[in-house]
Amino acid sequence: MSLVVLDAGALTTVQDPGRCGWAHLGVPRAGPLDMPAAALANRVVGNPEGAAVLETTMTGLAFRARRGHWFAVTGARCEVRVDGHADAHGAAVWAPAGAEVRVGRALTGVRSYVAVAGGIDVAPVLGSRATDTLAWVGPPRVVDGAELPVGTPTGPPQPHDTPRPRPPGPLHVDPGPRVDWFGADALRRLCATAYTVGADSNRIGLRLKGAPLQRVRDGELASEGMVLGSVQVPPDGQPVVFLADHPVTGGYPVVAVVRVADLHRCAQLRPGEDVRFTPAPPPGGTAPAPGR
Amino acid sequence: VHVIRVGQDAVLVEVADAATALDLALWARDRLAVREVVPAARTVLLDGLARPAEVSEELAGWTPGEGLAEEGDPVDVAVHYDGPDLAVVAEAWGIAAEQVPERHAEAQYVVAFCGFAPGFSYLTAREGDGPVPPPVPRRDSPRSRVEPGSVGLAGPFTGIYPTASPGGWQLIGRTDAPLWRPDREPPALLPPGTRVRFVPA
Repeated sequence: MSLVVLDAGALTTVQDPGRCGWAHLGVPRAGPLDMPAAALANRVVGNPEGAAVLETTMTGLAFRARRGHWFAVTGARCEVRVDGHADAHGAAVWAPAGAEVRVGRALTGVRSYVAVAGGIDVAPVLGSRATDTLAWVGPPRVVDGAELPVGTPTGPPQPHDTPRPRPPGPLHVDPGPRVDWFGADALRRLCATAYTVGADSNRIGLRLKGAPLQRVRDGELASEGMVLGSVQVPPDGQPVVFLADHPVTGGYPVVAVVRVADLHRCAQLRPGEDVRFTPAPPPGGTAPAPGR
Repeated sequence: VHVIRVGQDAVLVEVADAATALDLALWARDRLAVREVVPAARTVLLDGLARPAEVSEELAGWTPGEGLAEEGDPVDVAVHYDGPDLAVVAEAWGIAAEQVPERHAEAQYVVAFCGFAPGFSYLTAREGDGPVPPPVPRRDSPRSRVEPGSVGLAGPFTGIYPTASPGGWQLIGRTDAPLWRPDREPPALLPPGTRVRFVPA
């Protein structure tokens, strides 16, 4: 069983939870930017949560399969059509053999996830089927005409799962390892104003425009390891939130770190939208709202 | 060592230099419950710690030199010393350009850390194990394309470009060594901790 891609849209990649344990060789983790949406798509079609799915970017995807199959579309809201007939978002949908499946342009958000019963079964690279767009480790980018193998379904579709509501409000941050490079009240200043999502945001980072964070010390930082969610501040003072394909080391100071539970929200922020930060409660304090 | 908390389950450990970072990283890799151990020029990132609150206590069990004591056999890397920046390097080292290959190859190297691109290794000359070449400045403006296999110098480091990319290092030669192959275990020819000898080809 395989899918033939008719239209890959602006950027479609294969994603599973990503490859861990290779950061010391310079390999990004990759994985779906909206991890809860990818996991939901898998659950709905009866896959394990970590099965490989397709991640689209703004403009959707079209494909056809020779055999009938269950699939589900989650994440960014969009039209779902099977041979032209509108069908459900966020639910298991049956596509008969040879049917054309169209995942439409994102109506809200940026990235939709397409799970197919059995999972996308391309060859893993370093233990993962996730495509990293920084160094292009992993399966190749999905292009028009690509044929993607699909695995054997392991369970029936689950009709009763629903998306969890997205928590509103600011992204929770912990102080970064170099918060002292920006003065005593750097975290307060980061959290005081809204930042606008830049058009150059991608799977590597959410690039923000707003009140610049000025350094209070001179000199260069020796490159150091970076974690997912790092808020790195280049010399122009405009913060970048590191997402799944971020470089494993970086030479600009990190002022804050976004809580992992909030990161999936960065996947669906459109250029021009505003985003705010707020200090996460310290360990032992009240737990932040769960981000899924 | 100085331990800085990074987010919920990571710490950045600050140390004196790249050699110490490598030593600590090699030690930590086998002894701590951690997802990623990323040595760099002056730090080791321990990411995905099972017990982040206890890491300072666990690091107290490290004796400097312990990690580096577990090294394997050196890898020989054959280099054609015909790079475009031999004259710049010669000037930084205060020698003639013809002497650069010998001066570079007589030092003993170790991979301190990787970064920049998959399989891009930062090598340092080992002190007390032969002469250590002086540091070399980066190019004022990076080249837009550096060929795979190019051997370059920047600061105290030697690096080899595994794939074509922009680059600001001073290029002294090239090698055919297969630096990055995702189908191989490990995929990098020169992971952190590997001892390396450069052999003029």
